[in-house]
Amino acid sequence: MEEEKPWTGPLAEAEGAAICYGGHPSQLRLSGLDWKIAAGSYWVVGGPPDSGKTDLLATMAGLQRPAGGVVRIFGRDVTELGEPDLLKLRTKVGFVFKGGGRMFSDLTVAENIALPLRYHQNLDADHALDTVHALLDLTDLGNIGPERPQRLGMSQQQRVGLARALALKPDALFLDEPLAGLGWRHRQWWLDFLQELSSGAAFMDRKKLAVVVTTNDFAPWSGRRVEYAVIRDQRWQMLGEQKEPPNV
Amino acid sequence: MFLRRSLMSVAGGWILGGLETVHDLGAFLLITVSVIVTKFNTARALVHPMIRAQIARAGLKLLPMVTFLACALGLVVIGQTVLLLNRYGAPKYLGMVMVSVVVRELGPLLAALLVLARIGTANVVELGTARALGEVEALEALAIDPIHFLVAPRVIGMALAIFSLTVYLILFALLSGYAFAFLQNVPLTPSEYFDQLALSLMWQDFVLLALKTLSFGVLIATVTCYEGLAKPVRLERVSSATARAVGECVVGVVMLDALFMIVYLVI
Repeated sequence: MEEEKPWTGPLAEAEGAAICYGGHPSQLRLSGLDWKIAAGSYWVVGGPPDSGKTDLLATMAGLQRPAGGVVRIFGRDVTELGEPDLLKLRTKVGFVFKGGGRMFSDLTVAENIALPLRYHQNLDADHALDTVHALLDLTDLGNIGPERPQRLGMSQQQRVGLARALALKPDALFLDEPLAGLGWRHRQWWLDFLQELSSGAAFMDRKKLAVVVTTNDFAPWSGRRVEYAVIRDQRWQMLGEQKEPPNV
Repeated sequence: MFLRRSLMSVAGGWILGGLETVHDLGAFLLITVSVIVTKFNTARALVHPMIRAQIARAGLKLLPMVTFLACALGLVVIGQTVLLLNRYGAPKYLGMVMVSVVVRELGPLLAALLVLARIGTANVVELGTARALGEVEALEALAIDPIHFLVAPRVIGMALAIFSLTVYLILFALLSGYAFAFLQNVPLTPSEYFDQLALSLMWQDFVLLALKTLSFGVLIATVTCYEGLAKPVRLERVSSATARAVGECVVGVVMLDALFMIVYLVI
């Protein structure tokens, strides 16, 4: 079998893309989006509430199709892909939902993290355990594997969501408002961790992940090397690297 | 004139709504069947135990209830039939009546309705809640096909469970029926009774029983999964989706039953 060549172009890119709420063309959130997300880049996308940040993230991660224009993930136009091909592409993309990461409530924390491994690598529960423990250690979650997610605080649930998104060692990681509702200590942990992922963490075999984060407030990224972009009045503005974080 | 027109418009709305539902359910079923066929061995370490869990949930766990129903069915059918047949001096037709009523009609129907009530409704609630809480999108984000992970195990599991439960229900009803006849001093030996059953059964009965029960299972699983999953349900709408699914399943099961009745009449 021919081995797939590693993709060297932008991991995700948009050309004149239109983004809609929930993918419904009648509810336009953003138009004329031109954006390239390269490996190892770290983007922080800001915008007021309901400006379409979540839809933008979902579209760039291949969870939603654009209402217009072109979105390519690993060089493939998502509008031309069928659902099976899109599913295959999504194994290379991690996604962390906001507000607790959308854990499966009938599974334990360990089962939640093991799920993508067990599904895509056809592992039974015991064989996935080593990776699950490594991910729990990596995200400083300790021995909460047997707990049900709903018994955890939001910051822990969010980290479980992060561990689950990293289980397949993706090339790009999309996080929807990961800092929302967290205290200072947890925020610092997230900021340091995301920086490490973007510059090549040991767990990811030193692979530099593309990290894309949405936020309502750029201030926590002050003094960090990130690229900023903002959605204002349904328009996309790339601000690039800034010495001081801009206003949303 | 106005009343007639509004009645026609209501009837037209029902018919069109019904056709649309059948169309959507058909499409959902085709997608599910294609996923089952193409991905049967994908992630089998995860999905195959889920199929077994569904069989246990819709089959094994319902055995006590099915046993109770089977006994009740045997007693009721035999009780009424024995009285009737004795009145006309024809107790030798007892086995034939049991085959016609229990094996061909009531057995499959009762098992299907029991699974619908106990597991089908739970399906809609579970999947509707998962959908409303965004867990289905979370599966898609993990590149897991929701039809493969959530629907396929339920369809296979419920089809096999209804088939197995029906066989169990029929056997128990036939045995409890004879026990009741024996207690009523019906002049019928066990060998005569089982001879009557054997003579009344045709090989087509076994094939049609399997087809009927499997199709009941597929229908109930498809409808309940569709109502829970396919429409973006809000949490407060899960209960109405459940009621709708039950209604659609009952109509579907009765229509399928009627279809099989026609087949019985033809052969």
